[in-house]
Amino acid sequence: MEDMSQYPLELTGDDIPMVRFMNVTKRYGKLTVLDRLNLDVATGEMVTVIGPSGSGKTTVLRMLMTLETINEGVIYVDGKPLTHMEKNGALVPASPKHLRMMRSQIGMCFQHFNLFPHMTALENCMEGPVQVLGMSKQEARKRSEDLLDLVGMIEKKDQHPSRLSGGQQQRVAIARALAMRPKVMLFDEVTSALDPEVIGEVTNVIRDLVNKHNLTMLMVTHQMGFAKDISDRICFFFDGSIEEQGAPDALFGNPQRERTQQFLSAVKEAG
Amino acid sequence: MSLWEFIATYWPDFLKGTGITAAQFILATMLAIGIALVAGLMKLSHNAVIRGVSVTYIEIFRGTSLLVQLYWIFFVLPLFGVTLDKFTAGFVAVGMNLGAYGAELVRGGIQSVPKGQWEAAYALSMSPAKRMWRIILPQALVNMLPPWGNLLIELLKNTALVSLISVTDLMFVAKQINGSTFLSAQAFGLALIVYYVFARFIVTPFMRWLEGVMRRKLGRA
Amino acid sequence: MGFHWKWDFTWEILPRLLEATLNTLIAAGAGYAIAIVLGLVLALAQRTPYRALTFVVREFVEFIRSTPLILQIFFVFYVGPQFGVRMSPWTSGMIAIGLHYSAYLSEVYRGGLNSVGKGQWEACTALNMSTRQAYTRIIIPQAVPPALAGMGNYLVGIFKDTPMLSVIGVAELMHTANAIGSESYRFLEPYTLVGVIFLAISLPAAGFIRVFETYVRRKLGLK
Repeated sequence: MEDMSQYPLELTGDDIPMVRFMNVTKRYGKLTVLDRLNLDVATGEMVTVIGPSGSGKTTVLRMLMTLETINEGVIYVDGKPLTHMEKNGALVPASPKHLRMMRSQIGMCFQHFNLFPHMTALENCMEGPVQVLGMSKQEARKRSEDLLDLVGMIEKKDQHPSRLSGGQQQRVAIARALAMRPKVMLFDEVTSALDPEVIGEVTNVIRDLVNKHNLTMLMVTHQMGFAKDISDRICFFFDGSIEEQGAPDALFGNPQRERTQQFLSAVKEAG
Repeated sequence: MSLWEFIATYWPDFLKGTGITAAQFILATMLAIGIALVAGLMKLSHNAVIRGVSVTYIEIFRGTSLLVQLYWIFFVLPLFGVTLDKFTAGFVAVGMNLGAYGAELVRGGIQSVPKGQWEAAYALSMSPAKRMWRIILPQALVNMLPPWGNLLIELLKNTALVSLISVTDLMFVAKQINGSTFLSAQAFGLALIVYYVFARFIVTPFMRWLEGVMRRKLGRA
Repeated sequence: MGFHWKWDFTWEILPRLLEATLNTLIAAGAGYAIAIVLGLVLALAQRTPYRALTFVVREFVEFIRSTPLILQIFFVFYVGPQFGVRMSPWTSGMIAIGLHYSAYLSEVYRGGLNSVGKGQWEACTALNMSTRQAYTRIIIPQAVPPALAGMGNYLVGIFKDTPMLSVIGVAELMHTANAIGSESYRFLEPYTLVGVIFLAISLPAAGFIRVFETYVRRKLGLK
């Protein structure tokens, strides 16, 4: 059992990061997917995670969204522990109630959109605010329509997902996640399942979000050009830990580590 | 009387009843398979009359209750000159009923064989009979086996109905002993356990083994 | 004795058979109502994290599905009185049929629930929905259309199994036909009519179920 006293009960100070992974380890049986990960994401920062498959990059996002549990370490969101909670002055694993309380600060968009097929685009966006935040239907409708407008899908608000293209569905999914007003937005390979000609629709929406709003964002993607364009920082993952990280120009232009160089040249070759 | 004492006293009767049930099961299964093959193939025929006959048979036997069919075969058929003794009437009714359901499985199984197989056999100038027997049916068989497993369990359960025309199967024995001793929980409970063991520990493993054998023969293990 | 259809006899017994048909439909409906609700309970019980409960329910469902309904009917009907509980044939019949088909329906529900992709559950987590909200608003609505075909088939199945209730004295269609046969020594017309009535109800019912399934899919906006 890990000694939890090495971790603070909460983060204090003026400059605390919005997200902090402290010594986070994740194992599946004998396989260690993430090994003592330490990662900070500052408020309003846009961090993109890249790396070969199996490097653990998607797991980072999934743990933050509490879709996976962690084996060791602590994750903090806005200063407070997410994966753990305080009890009698010490950190213990979070109860379902604590998780529900903390989870509302995180929003996520998935590779396969995961829109609710039996609801229209508008209803998809309204579902969270009405059912979980307890908003009135009118308020939720107003908020959802504003967000659908933001992502350029207002005209299709009464369509079911089966009638929308992949790019359109993903944009609705982004609006749906934003409707919960999360502090942190996670994008898990949101363009990987899209046809090339519609990828731009989605990346433009994300670019807009970055430029006009102060959301903290964590993104996993294979779109290197896009990542370089809008990120504040790039993290290159290899084999369960951060191999190298830095500003986009620095990492893409002048990679220091050999594995980074190998990965980037392989990606470039693939076009 | 506890269950153990009950078993110790009445096991010979139950054993005989189980034997009759097993015989009904095997005979009905053979009939059902035969009917299913014929009716299933007929349903795939290009000839509308042949198809119609098969469809009529299937819809009648699937659309009415087995009990009704059983009574009809045993009590009404004699009026048409066909008199069956109760044992035969029993497995014939069960076999014809399950054969109708099986026909759908055969049809589905054959249709699930990729079209390319038919074309390859045709290109080799195989006769239709050879093509069906050596190429299509073996592949159809593997796809059919899992749902056939469920069907056979249904068949086993349906054999219990023959007790209602006084065939001395497991169900009949249980009813008889219940009638004379009023030890309902023991009599019917033991019968339930025997059917359960038969279904779960004999029929199901056998079907799985058969599936494994067929898969290996087709190189799909 | 030869085959000779008596039409006047047929018309004579038809009203009685039709009245018994009504009884049959009520019996089938009541048994089905029990089965739908109990089946959902059994299906959800197998999805809890409590392993002991899941195991017990699973074995119970398997046991019921592997043993004959007629035997279960006798069991329920006779075992009660053995321990001092008196039950009418109707009640025993309803309990036995309801229990038997709830086991089948629970499998249909499980199939439907399992067919809803994992991504839907993850979206519910991402929106911070409670488990109950996820089930009632997102998962179960998507689980229903694939389950409808099975649910409809078992409704027709219950209807066809009601003749088994005749052996414990429930005055449904088969029982009435037997009574007519014993009274008049003519079985040809009663049994044939019973067969025709069954076909006249089960075939259109099967067709209707297919249409209904398409309707529900469209109404929910699913493909």
